[in-house]
Amino acid sequence: MKCKDFLNELNDFLDGSLDPKLKAELEDHLVWCHHCYVVCDTTKKTIQIYRENDVYELPDPIRERLQTAIMQKCKAKQKSE
Amino acid sequence: METIENKVTGDTGEELALVLSARGGDINAFERLLKKYDRNVFRIAQHITQNREDAEDVVQDAFLKAYEKLDQFQGNSKFYTWLVRIAVNEALMKLRKRKSDKTVSMDDEVETEDGTLTREFADWDPNPEQRYQQSELGDILGKTIQGLPAGFRTVFVLRDVEGLSTEETAETLGLSVPAVKSRLLRARLQLRERLSKFFKKAKGGDRPK
Ligand SMILES: [Zn+2]
Repeated sequence: MKCKDFLNELNDFLDGSLDPKLKAELEDHLVWCHHCYVVCDTTKKTIQIYRENDVYELPDPIRERLQTAIMQKCKAKQKSE
Repeated sequence: METIENKVTGDTGEELALVLSARGGDINAFERLLKKYDRNVFRIAQHITQNREDAEDVVQDAFLKAYEKLDQFQGNSKFYTWLVRIAVNEALMKLRKRKSDKTVSMDDEVETEDGTLTREFADWDPNPEQRYQQSELGDILGKTIQGLPAGFRTVFVLRDVEGLSTEETAETLGLSVPAVKSRLLRARLQLRERLSKFFKKAKGGDRPK
């Protein structure tokens, strides 16, 4: 297996959706190829960091304002029907 | 903190019942759907538009559109993915308006050559994000994802941040599964490459120079 092949399978490897034989081949590649090991490990961390840190949280006051506005418009629509 | 599992709908039976009630005119049922998903819609919209005001508009427009079109909702997809599809379309429209000189589409920039996908091979610390204050970290993550083409960051946000499956992401964006996979790989690798600057192990001090 070459690094390019490893990279092509990286998504499925990280998502755990590979068949066991291919998975074993990738794991074997990781044992001796430090570059791919780092790419794999840091890609995993990249995903984790974005998952665990809510970059765009909706602050409560704005959330409430939006909810009120939306529900008012929905009610208006309901009446006009 | 919210985990990835409960960001996405759990009980689809209960949810379908809510949708059916809302469709039948029960406005409280719709309000419950709104409160369940407004944060997710905002997050997706903000990631795509990169603009706070636009993201708030998208939340309003998407839910109103969903309300109007409830009778067109087919029970064969989840309400959430249906709602997200509406929100993504609204968000892309906003983005096109802002960048009126440039067409924005899901087919954006796929020209990166394979050889340039990875250049950075430095190790990261085990918990590199702990080097930064929460607000500083938010800044880094926001600016980094902002640098990706819209088509890439949309796929990344739906698949990796919101936890939709590859198939759901494809359905939501009107892309093929291979197209989603290829964009996702590029998005993940580009983010990784850019974040390396902030998170890689420092040789001497605790921060890279
Ligand atoms: Zn390798």
